[in-house]
Amino acid sequence: MTIHFQRELEKIKKSILSLGALVEERVRMATRAMELRDANLAEKIIKSDYEIDELEVEVEEECLKILALYQPVAVDLRFLIAVIKINNDLERVADEAVNIAERVQVIAKRQRLDIPFNHYLMAEKSESMLKKSLDALVNMDVDLALRVCSLDDEVDNMLNEAYDVVKHAIGEHPDRVSYLINLLLVSRHFERIADHATNIAEEIIYLIEGEIIRHRDFT
Amino acid sequence: MEKSLKIAIKELNFFYRDFKALTDISLDVYAHEVTALIGPSGCGKSTMLRCLNRMNDLISYSRVKGSILLDDRNIYDPDVDVVSLRRRIGMVFQKPNPFPKSVFENVAYGMRVNGIKDKAYIAQQVETSLMAAALWDEVKDRIHESALGLSGGQQQRLCIARAMAVQPDVLLMDEPCSALDPIATQKIEELIHQLKITYTIIIVTHNMQQAARVSDITAFFYLGKLIETDVTDTIFTRPKLKQTEDYITGRFG
Repeated sequence: MTIHFQRELEKIKKSILSLGALVEERVRMATRAMELRDANLAEKIIKSDYEIDELEVEVEEECLKILALYQPVAVDLRFLIAVIKINNDLERVADEAVNIAERVQVIAKRQRLDIPFNHYLMAEKSESMLKKSLDALVNMDVDLALRVCSLDDEVDNMLNEAYDVVKHAIGEHPDRVSYLINLLLVSRHFERIADHATNIAEEIIYLIEGEIIRHRDFT
Repeated sequence: MEKSLKIAIKELNFFYRDFKALTDISLDVYAHEVTALIGPSGCGKSTMLRCLNRMNDLISYSRVKGSILLDDRNIYDPDVDVVSLRRRIGMVFQKPNPFPKSVFENVAYGMRVNGIKDKAYIAQQVETSLMAAALWDEVKDRIHESALGLSGGQQQRLCIARAMAVQPDVLLMDEPCSALDPIATQKIEELIHQLKITYTIIIVTHNMQQAARVSDITAFFYLGKLIETDVTDTIFTRPKLKQTEDYITGRFG
Protein backbone atom coordinates (compact mmCIF):
# COMPACT_ATOMS: atom_id res chain seq x y z
CA MET A 1 0.00 0.00 0.00
CA THR A 2 0.98 3.60 -0.41
CA ILE A 3 3.32 5.80 1.54
CA HIS A 4 0.25 7.91 2.12
CA PHE A 5 -1.36 5.08 4.02
CA GLN A 6 1.74 4.57 6.17
CA ARG A 7 1.68 8.28 6.94
CA GLU A 8 -1.96 8.04 8.05
CA LEU A 9 -1.06 5.18 10.39
CA GLU A 10 1.80 7.21 11.87
CA LYS A 11 -0.58 10.09 12.43
CA ILE A 12 -3.05 7.85 14.27
CA LYS A 13 -0.26 6.46 16.41
CA LYS A 14 0.78 9.96 17.41
CA SER A 15 -2.82 10.91 18.21
CA ILE A 16 -3.45 7.89 20.42
CA LEU A 17 -0.17 8.44 22.26
CA SER A 18 -0.93 12.09 22.93
CA LEU A 19 -4.38 11.10 24.17
CA GLY A 20 -2.64 8.57 26.41
CA ALA A 21 -0.32 11.23 27.81
CA LEU A 22 -3.24 13.56 28.47
CA VAL A 23 -5.23 10.85 30.24
CA GLU A 24 -2.21 9.87 32.35
CA GLU A 25 -1.95 13.48 33.43
CA ARG A 26 -5.65 13.48 34.49
CA VAL A 27 -5.10 10.42 36.65
CA ARG A 28 -2.10 12.05 38.31
CA MET A 29 -4.19 15.15 38.96
CA ALA A 30 -6.95 13.01 40.50
CA THR A 31 -4.46 11.28 42.79
CA ARG A 32 -3.07 14.61 43.86
CA ALA A 33 -6.52 16.13 44.40
CA MET A 34 -7.40 13.19 46.61
CA GLU A 35 -4.14 13.46 48.53
CA LEU A 36 -4.53 17.20 49.18
CA ARG A 37 -8.34 17.10 49.45
CA ASP A 38 -8.14 19.87 46.85
CA ALA A 39 -11.62 20.75 45.54
CA ASN A 40 -10.26 23.32 43.09
CA LEU A 41 -7.98 20.83 41.39
CA ALA A 42 -10.93 18.41 41.29
CA GLU A 43 -13.00 21.10 39.61
CA LYS A 44 -10.29 21.54 37.00
CA ILE A 45 -10.38 17.82 36.14
CA ILE A 46 -14.15 17.86 35.75
CA LYS A 47 -14.20 21.03 33.67
CA SER A 48 -11.53 19.87 31.23
CA ASP A 49 -12.86 16.40 30.50
CA TYR A 50 -14.44 17.64 27.27
CA GLU A 51 -10.93 17.90 25.79
CA ILE A 52 -10.46 14.16 26.18
CA ASP A 53 -13.90 13.46 24.77
CA GLU A 54 -13.17 15.54 21.69
CA LEU A 55 -9.84 13.84 21.11
CA GLU A 56 -11.45 10.43 21.48
CA VAL A 57 -14.03 11.23 18.80
CA GLU A 58 -11.30 12.60 16.55
CA VAL A 59 -9.19 9.44 16.82
CA GLU A 60 -12.19 7.21 16.20
CA GLU A 61 -13.22 9.17 13.11
CA GLU A 62 -9.68 8.96 11.75
CA CYS A 63 -9.66 5.18 12.25
CA LEU A 64 -13.02 4.77 10.52
CA LYS A 65 -11.83 6.90 7.63
CA ILE A 66 -8.73 4.75 7.15
CA LEU A 67 -10.74 1.52 7.39
CA ALA A 68 -13.11 2.77 4.70
CA LEU A 69 -10.46 4.16 2.37
CA TYR A 70 -7.70 1.56 2.58
CA GLN A 71 -9.35 -1.65 3.81
CA PRO A 72 -6.21 -2.64 5.68
CA VAL A 73 -5.35 -6.26 6.48
CA ALA A 74 -3.14 -8.21 8.88
CA VAL A 75 -0.98 -6.11 11.20
CA ASP A 76 -2.45 -2.85 9.88
CA LEU A 77 -5.97 -4.07 10.53
CA ARG A 78 -5.04 -5.29 13.99
CA PHE A 79 -3.38 -1.95 14.70
CA LEU A 80 -6.50 0.02 13.81
CA ILE A 81 -8.81 -2.26 15.76
CA ALA A 82 -6.49 -2.06 18.77
CA VAL A 83 -6.38 1.74 18.52
CA ILE A 84 -10.18 1.97 18.37
CA LYS A 85 -10.44 -0.09 21.55
CA ILE A 86 -7.55 1.57 23.38
CA ASN A 87 -9.07 4.92 22.47
CA ASN A 88 -12.29 3.88 24.14
CA ASP A 89 -10.47 2.62 27.24
CA LEU A 90 -8.48 5.82 27.57
CA GLU A 91 -11.62 7.90 27.45
CA ARG A 92 -13.12 5.76 30.19
CA VAL A 93 -9.99 6.15 32.31
CA ALA A 94 -10.41 9.92 32.05
CA ASP A 95 -14.05 9.46 33.12
CA GLU A 96 -12.84 7.60 36.20
CA ALA A 97 -10.53 10.53 36.96
CA VAL A 98 -13.62 12.74 36.79
CA ASN A 99 -15.47 10.35 39.11
CA ILE A 100 -12.62 10.54 41.61
CA ALA A 101 -12.65 14.33 41.34
CA GLU A 102 -16.37 14.36 42.15
CA ARG A 103 -15.77 12.19 45.23
CA VAL A 104 -12.94 14.53 46.26
CA GLN A 105 -15.33 17.48 46.12
CA VAL A 106 -17.56 15.75 48.66
CA ILE A 107 -14.70 14.49 50.82
CA ALA A 108 -12.94 17.88 50.86
CA LYS A 109 -15.93 19.48 52.58
CA ARG A 110 -15.89 17.00 55.43
CA GLN A 111 -13.54 16.63 58.33
CA ARG A 112 -10.82 14.02 57.97
CA LEU A 113 -11.32 10.79 59.81
CA ASP A 114 -8.34 8.96 61.16
CA ILE A 115 -8.71 5.43 59.82
CA PRO A 116 -6.10 3.12 58.22
CA PHE A 117 -7.43 3.87 54.73
CA ASN A 118 -4.71 4.64 52.27
CA HIS A 119 -5.72 5.31 48.69
CA TYR A 120 -2.19 6.17 47.75
CA LEU A 121 -0.84 2.66 47.12
CA MET A 122 -3.76 1.82 44.92
CA ALA A 123 -3.47 5.07 43.01
CA GLU A 124 0.21 4.49 42.48
CA LYS A 125 -0.35 0.95 41.26
CA SER A 126 -3.13 1.89 38.84
CA GLU A 127 -1.16 4.84 37.52
CA SER A 128 1.88 2.67 36.98
CA MET A 129 -0.22 0.05 35.14
CA LEU A 130 -1.58 2.74 32.86
CA LYS A 131 1.89 4.09 32.21
CA LYS A 132 3.29 0.62 31.52
CA SER A 133 0.48 -0.21 29.10
CA LEU A 134 1.15 2.97 27.14
CA ASP A 135 4.89 2.24 27.16
CA ALA A 136 4.08 -1.22 25.82
CA LEU A 137 2.18 0.45 22.98
CA VAL A 138 5.05 2.83 22.18
CA ASN A 139 7.64 0.04 22.17
CA MET A 140 5.39 -2.81 20.94
CA ASP A 141 6.49 -4.71 24.03
CA VAL A 142 4.52 -7.91 24.61
CA ASP A 143 6.34 -8.81 27.82
CA LEU A 144 5.53 -5.49 29.41
CA ALA A 145 1.88 -5.80 28.34
CA LEU A 146 1.73 -9.27 29.90
CA ARG A 147 3.15 -7.88 33.13
CA VAL A 148 0.40 -5.26 33.25
CA CYS A 149 -2.20 -8.01 32.93
CA SER A 150 -0.71 -9.90 35.83
CA LEU A 151 -0.76 -6.79 38.08
CA ASP A 152 -4.51 -6.45 37.89
CA ASP A 153 -5.15 -8.94 40.68
CA GLU A 154 -3.04 -6.95 43.12
CA VAL A 155 -5.25 -3.92 42.60
CA ASP A 156 -8.35 -6.08 42.99
CA ASN A 157 -7.02 -7.27 46.35
CA MET A 158 -6.36 -3.70 47.42
CA LEU A 159 -9.98 -2.86 46.70
CA ASN A 160 -11.08 -5.77 48.88
CA GLU A 161 -8.88 -4.52 51.69
CA ALA A 162 -10.31 -1.02 51.34
CA TYR A 163 -13.78 -2.54 51.54
CA ASP A 164 -12.94 -4.25 54.83
CA VAL A 165 -11.40 -1.11 56.31
CA VAL A 166 -14.39 1.03 55.33
CA LYS A 167 -16.88 -1.56 56.55
CA HIS A 168 -15.18 -1.67 59.92
CA ALA A 169 -15.00 2.14 60.11
CA ILE A 170 -18.73 2.44 59.38
CA GLY A 171 -19.35 0.30 62.45
CA GLU A 172 -17.19 2.60 64.56
CA HIS A 173 -18.38 5.90 63.09
CA PRO A 174 -21.98 5.40 62.01
CA ASP A 175 -22.38 9.18 61.76
CA ARG A 176 -19.77 9.33 58.96
CA VAL A 177 -21.29 6.81 56.55
CA SER A 178 -21.51 9.23 53.61
CA TYR A 179 -17.87 10.27 53.97
CA LEU A 180 -16.72 6.68 54.24
CA ILE A 181 -18.72 5.49 51.25
CA ASN A 182 -17.10 8.25 49.20
CA LEU A 183 -13.68 6.97 50.29
CA LEU A 184 -14.60 3.46 49.18
CA LEU A 185 -15.85 4.80 45.85
CA VAL A 186 -12.47 6.45 45.26
CA SER A 187 -10.86 3.03 45.65
CA ARG A 188 -13.38 1.55 43.29
CA HIS A 189 -12.58 4.18 40.64
CA PHE A 190 -8.86 3.51 40.90
CA GLU A 191 -9.56 -0.19 40.55
CA ARG A 192 -11.52 0.55 37.36
CA ILE A 193 -8.55 2.50 36.01
CA ALA A 194 -6.41 -0.60 36.54
CA ASP A 195 -9.04 -2.65 34.67
CA HIS A 196 -8.88 -0.31 31.69
CA ALA A 197 -5.07 -0.42 31.76
CA THR A 198 -5.35 -4.22 31.63
CA ASN A 199 -7.71 -3.97 28.64
CA ILE A 200 -5.22 -1.73 26.87
CA ALA A 201 -2.43 -4.24 27.56
CA GLU A 202 -4.61 -7.03 26.17
CA GLU A 203 -5.26 -5.02 23.02
CA ILE A 204 -1.53 -4.53 22.57
CA ILE A 205 -0.93 -8.27 22.85
CA TYR A 206 -3.62 -8.82 20.20
CA LEU A 207 -2.00 -6.18 18.02
CA ILE A 208 1.42 -7.79 18.21
CA GLU A 209 0.61 -11.48 18.33
CA GLY A 210 -2.78 -11.61 16.64
CA GLU A 211 -4.16 -13.56 19.55
CA ILE A 212 -7.11 -12.52 21.66
CA ILE A 213 -6.18 -13.17 25.29
CA ARG A 214 -9.14 -11.54 27.01
CA HIS A 215 -10.89 -13.50 29.75
CA ARG A 216 -7.76 -15.50 30.40
CA ASP A 217 -6.56 -16.21 33.91
CA PHE A 218 -3.12 -14.77 34.63
CA THR A 219 -2.63 -16.16 38.11
CA MET B 1 -18.65 -32.16 6.75
CA GLU B 2 -15.44 -34.07 6.10
CA LYS B 3 -13.24 -32.25 3.60
CA SER B 4 -12.36 -34.31 0.57
CA LEU B 5 -9.12 -33.85 -1.29
CA LYS B 6 -9.69 -32.93 -4.94
CA ILE B 7 -6.27 -31.95 -6.20
CA ALA B 8 -2.91 -32.76 -4.67
CA ILE B 9 0.03 -30.88 -6.12
CA LYS B 10 3.23 -32.68 -5.19
CA GLU B 11 6.68 -31.17 -5.49
CA LEU B 12 5.87 -29.52 -8.75
CA ASN B 13 8.63 -27.77 -10.68
CA PHE B 14 8.02 -25.95 -13.91
CA PHE B 15 10.54 -24.63 -16.40
CA TYR B 16 10.33 -22.28 -19.37
CA ARG B 17 13.53 -23.41 -21.10
CA ASP B 18 16.17 -22.88 -18.39
CA PHE B 19 14.05 -20.56 -16.32
CA LYS B 20 12.52 -22.25 -13.32
CA ALA B 21 9.10 -20.64 -12.93
CA LEU B 22 7.87 -22.90 -10.12
CA THR B 23 9.97 -24.55 -7.42
CA ASP B 24 8.82 -27.50 -5.33
CA ILE B 25 5.17 -26.55 -5.05
CA SER B 26 3.10 -28.81 -2.83
CA LEU B 27 -0.49 -27.80 -2.24
CA ASP B 28 -3.72 -29.61 -1.40
CA VAL B 29 -6.95 -28.34 -2.90
CA TYR B 30 -10.18 -29.53 -1.32
CA ALA B 31 -13.48 -30.13 -3.05
CA HIS B 32 -16.13 -27.42 -2.73
CA GLU B 33 -13.67 -24.88 -1.50
CA VAL B 34 -12.36 -21.76 -3.16
CA THR B 35 -8.58 -21.62 -3.14
CA ALA B 36 -7.05 -18.25 -3.99
CA LEU B 37 -3.53 -17.91 -5.37
CA ILE B 38 -2.03 -14.51 -4.63
CA GLY B 39 1.35 -12.91 -5.11
CA PRO B 40 3.09 -10.17 -7.08
CA SER B 41 3.35 -10.24 -10.88
CA GLY B 42 5.69 -12.95 -12.10
CA CYS B 43 5.49 -14.98 -8.90
CA GLY B 44 4.23 -18.05 -10.74
CA LYS B 45 0.59 -18.08 -9.70
CA SER B 46 -0.78 -18.01 -13.25
CA THR B 47 1.78 -20.61 -14.32
CA MET B 48 0.57 -22.75 -11.41
CA LEU B 49 -3.03 -22.35 -12.54
CA ARG B 50 -2.16 -23.24 -16.11
CA CYS B 51 -0.31 -26.37 -14.98
CA LEU B 52 -3.58 -27.60 -13.51
CA ASN B 53 -5.26 -28.13 -16.88
CA ARG B 54 -2.04 -28.58 -18.81
CA MET B 55 -2.44 -25.31 -20.69
CA ASN B 56 1.34 -25.00 -20.46
CA ASP B 57 1.68 -28.05 -22.74
CA LEU B 58 1.00 -25.57 -25.54
CA ILE B 59 4.37 -23.94 -24.88
CA SER B 60 6.79 -26.25 -26.61
CA TYR B 61 9.93 -25.43 -24.64
CA SER B 62 8.28 -25.84 -21.24
CA ARG B 63 8.92 -28.75 -18.90
CA VAL B 64 7.21 -30.14 -15.81
CA LYS B 65 8.65 -32.15 -12.92
CA GLY B 66 6.57 -33.51 -10.08
CA SER B 67 2.92 -34.46 -10.12
CA ILE B 68 -0.60 -33.14 -9.86
CA LEU B 69 -3.13 -35.68 -8.67
CA LEU B 70 -6.74 -35.06 -9.64
CA ASP B 71 -8.84 -37.50 -7.65
CA ASP B 72 -5.68 -39.54 -7.00
CA ARG B 73 -4.68 -39.75 -10.65
CA ASN B 74 -1.64 -37.90 -11.99
CA ILE B 75 -2.77 -35.57 -14.77
CA TYR B 76 0.74 -35.70 -16.25
CA ASP B 77 0.64 -39.46 -16.78
CA PRO B 78 1.38 -40.20 -20.44
CA ASP B 79 -1.95 -41.91 -21.03
CA VAL B 80 -4.05 -38.98 -19.84
CA ASP B 81 -6.22 -37.50 -22.58
CA VAL B 82 -5.71 -33.75 -22.37
CA VAL B 83 -9.05 -32.90 -23.99
CA SER B 84 -11.03 -34.88 -21.48
CA LEU B 85 -8.83 -33.48 -18.69
CA ARG B 86 -9.78 -29.98 -19.78
CA ARG B 87 -13.41 -31.00 -19.82
CA ARG B 88 -13.06 -31.86 -16.14
CA ILE B 89 -11.05 -28.75 -15.35
CA GLY B 90 -12.64 -25.69 -16.92
CA MET B 91 -11.01 -22.32 -17.17
CA VAL B 92 -12.13 -18.71 -17.17
CA PHE B 93 -9.67 -16.05 -18.28
CA GLN B 94 -8.81 -12.53 -17.34
CA LYS B 95 -10.56 -10.89 -20.27
CA PRO B 96 -13.91 -12.27 -21.31
CA ASN B 97 -13.27 -14.16 -24.54
CA PRO B 98 -16.62 -15.25 -25.99
CA PHE B 99 -16.52 -16.80 -29.46
CA PRO B 100 -17.92 -14.61 -32.22
CA LYS B 101 -21.07 -16.69 -32.21
CA SER B 102 -24.47 -16.45 -30.60
CA VAL B 103 -24.93 -16.66 -26.83
CA PHE B 104 -26.44 -20.12 -27.30
CA GLU B 105 -23.63 -21.43 -29.48
CA ASN B 106 -20.99 -20.18 -27.06
CA VAL B 107 -22.40 -22.31 -24.27
CA ALA B 108 -23.19 -25.25 -26.57
CA TYR B 109 -19.69 -25.23 -28.06
CA GLY B 110 -17.98 -27.43 -25.47
CA MET B 111 -20.70 -30.05 -25.71
CA ARG B 112 -20.47 -30.11 -29.51
CA VAL B 113 -16.67 -30.48 -29.32
CA ASN B 114 -17.21 -33.37 -26.94
CA GLY B 115 -19.41 -35.05 -29.55
CA ILE B 116 -22.82 -34.48 -27.94
CA LYS B 117 -25.52 -34.30 -30.61
CA ASP B 118 -28.77 -34.55 -28.61
CA LYS B 119 -30.38 -31.16 -29.33
CA ALA B 120 -32.85 -31.27 -26.44
CA TYR B 121 -30.05 -32.12 -24.03
CA ILE B 122 -27.86 -29.32 -25.38
CA ALA B 123 -30.70 -26.78 -25.12
CA GLN B 124 -31.43 -27.88 -21.57
CA GLN B 125 -27.78 -27.74 -20.57
CA VAL B 126 -27.35 -24.27 -22.11
CA GLU B 127 -30.27 -22.99 -20.05
CA THR B 128 -29.06 -24.64 -16.85
CA SER B 129 -25.54 -23.27 -17.31
CA LEU B 130 -26.75 -19.75 -18.04
CA MET B 131 -28.95 -19.91 -14.97
CA ALA B 132 -26.10 -21.15 -12.81
CA ALA B 133 -23.98 -18.29 -14.12
CA ALA B 134 -26.77 -15.86 -13.11
CA LEU B 135 -27.08 -14.71 -16.69
CA TRP B 136 -30.23 -16.42 -17.96
CA ASP B 137 -32.68 -13.63 -17.09
CA GLU B 138 -30.55 -11.07 -18.87
CA VAL B 139 -30.04 -13.02 -22.09
CA LYS B 140 -33.04 -15.32 -22.50
CA ASP B 141 -34.66 -12.99 -25.06
CA ARG B 142 -31.52 -12.59 -27.15
CA ILE B 143 -30.04 -16.02 -26.89
CA HIS B 144 -29.48 -16.31 -30.63
CA GLU B 145 -27.88 -12.91 -30.95
CA SER B 146 -24.12 -12.42 -31.00
CA ALA B 147 -22.38 -12.79 -27.65
CA LEU B 148 -20.18 -9.85 -28.59
CA GLY B 149 -23.15 -7.56 -27.98
CA LEU B 150 -23.17 -8.35 -24.27
CA SER B 151 -21.55 -6.09 -21.68
CA GLY B 152 -18.13 -7.04 -20.27
CA GLY B 153 -19.63 -8.44 -17.07
CA GLN B 154 -22.22 -10.42 -19.03
CA GLN B 155 -19.52 -11.75 -21.37
CA GLN B 156 -17.50 -12.94 -18.39
CA ARG B 157 -20.52 -14.71 -16.90
CA LEU B 158 -21.13 -16.20 -20.34
CA CYS B 159 -17.59 -17.58 -20.28
CA ILE B 160 -18.30 -19.07 -16.86
CA ALA B 161 -21.51 -20.61 -18.23
CA ARG B 162 -19.52 -21.95 -21.19
CA ALA B 163 -17.01 -23.52 -18.82
CA MET B 164 -19.79 -25.09 -16.76
CA ALA B 165 -21.79 -26.46 -19.67
CA VAL B 166 -19.53 -29.49 -19.99
CA GLN B 167 -19.98 -30.18 -16.26
CA PRO B 168 -16.41 -29.95 -15.05
CA ASP B 169 -15.30 -30.78 -11.51
CA VAL B 170 -12.94 -27.90 -11.15
CA LEU B 171 -13.07 -24.29 -12.33
CA LEU B 172 -9.86 -22.34 -12.77
CA MET B 173 -10.26 -18.58 -12.80
CA ASP B 174 -7.40 -16.38 -13.88
CA GLU B 175 -8.22 -12.89 -12.61
CA PRO B 176 -11.84 -13.18 -13.72
CA CYS B 177 -12.77 -9.68 -12.58
CA SER B 178 -9.77 -7.59 -13.53
CA ALA B 179 -11.46 -6.25 -16.67
CA LEU B 180 -14.81 -5.65 -14.99
CA ASP B 181 -16.43 -2.72 -13.19
CA PRO B 182 -17.29 -2.97 -9.47
CA ILE B 183 -20.90 -4.03 -10.02
CA ALA B 184 -20.00 -6.76 -12.49
CA THR B 185 -17.21 -7.80 -10.11
CA GLN B 186 -19.69 -8.10 -7.28
CA LYS B 187 -21.91 -10.32 -9.43
CA ILE B 188 -19.02 -12.63 -10.26
CA GLU B 189 -18.01 -12.81 -6.61
CA GLU B 190 -21.55 -13.72 -5.58
CA LEU B 191 -21.53 -16.29 -8.34
CA ILE B 192 -18.31 -17.82 -6.99
CA HIS B 193 -20.01 -18.29 -3.62
CA GLN B 194 -22.84 -20.14 -5.39
CA LEU B 195 -20.59 -22.18 -7.65
CA LYS B 196 -18.47 -23.69 -4.91
CA ILE B 197 -21.46 -25.75 -3.81
CA THR B 198 -21.05 -27.68 -7.08
CA TYR B 199 -17.44 -27.09 -8.09
CA THR B 200 -13.96 -26.81 -6.70
CA ILE B 201 -12.62 -23.40 -7.58
CA ILE B 202 -9.08 -22.11 -7.87
CA ILE B 203 -8.78 -18.41 -8.49
CA VAL B 204 -5.81 -16.22 -9.27
CA THR B 205 -6.32 -12.64 -8.27
CA HIS B 206 -4.32 -9.46 -7.85
CA ASN B 207 -7.11 -7.97 -5.85
CA MET B 208 -6.32 -8.82 -2.25
CA GLN B 209 -9.73 -7.83 -0.93
CA GLN B 210 -11.29 -10.09 -3.53
CA ALA B 211 -9.16 -13.03 -2.41
CA ALA B 212 -10.19 -12.27 1.17
CA ARG B 213 -13.87 -12.09 0.28
CA VAL B 214 -14.31 -15.10 -2.00
CA SER B 215 -11.82 -17.74 -0.91
CA ASP B 216 -11.64 -20.30 1.87
CA ILE B 217 -7.94 -20.98 1.50
CA THR B 218 -5.28 -18.55 0.36
CA ALA B 219 -1.88 -19.52 -1.01
CA PHE B 220 0.81 -16.86 -1.27
CA PHE B 221 3.38 -17.28 -4.05
CA TYR B 222 6.63 -15.39 -4.37
CA LEU B 223 9.46 -15.88 -6.87
CA GLY B 224 8.06 -19.21 -7.99
CA LYS B 225 7.75 -20.60 -4.49
CA LEU B 226 4.71 -21.25 -2.37
CA ILE B 227 5.49 -19.22 0.73
CA GLU B 228 2.44 -19.70 2.93
CA THR B 229 -0.94 -21.41 2.71
CA ASP B 230 -3.62 -21.09 5.30
CA VAL B 231 -7.28 -20.47 5.96
CA THR B 232 -8.05 -17.13 4.30
CA ASP B 233 -9.25 -15.47 7.51
CA THR B 234 -5.93 -16.31 9.14
CA ILE B 235 -3.84 -15.10 6.20
CA PHE B 236 -5.57 -11.73 6.24
CA THR B 237 -5.67 -11.18 10.01
CA ARG B 238 -2.51 -12.85 11.28
CA PRO B 239 -0.29 -14.45 8.67
CA LYS B 240 2.54 -16.51 10.11
CA LEU B 241 5.34 -15.26 7.90
CA LYS B 242 6.61 -11.74 7.60
CA GLN B 243 6.96 -12.06 3.83
CA THR B 244 3.23 -12.74 3.53
CA GLU B 245 2.39 -9.91 5.88
CA ASP B 246 4.61 -7.51 3.92
CA TYR B 247 2.92 -8.44 0.68
CA ILE B 248 -0.69 -8.22 1.79
CA THR B 249 -0.15 -4.98 3.69
CA GLY B 250 1.68 -3.48 0.72
CA ARG B 251 5.08 -3.09 2.39
CA PHE B 252 6.80 -4.74 -0.49
CA GLY B 253 10.03 -4.18 -2.33
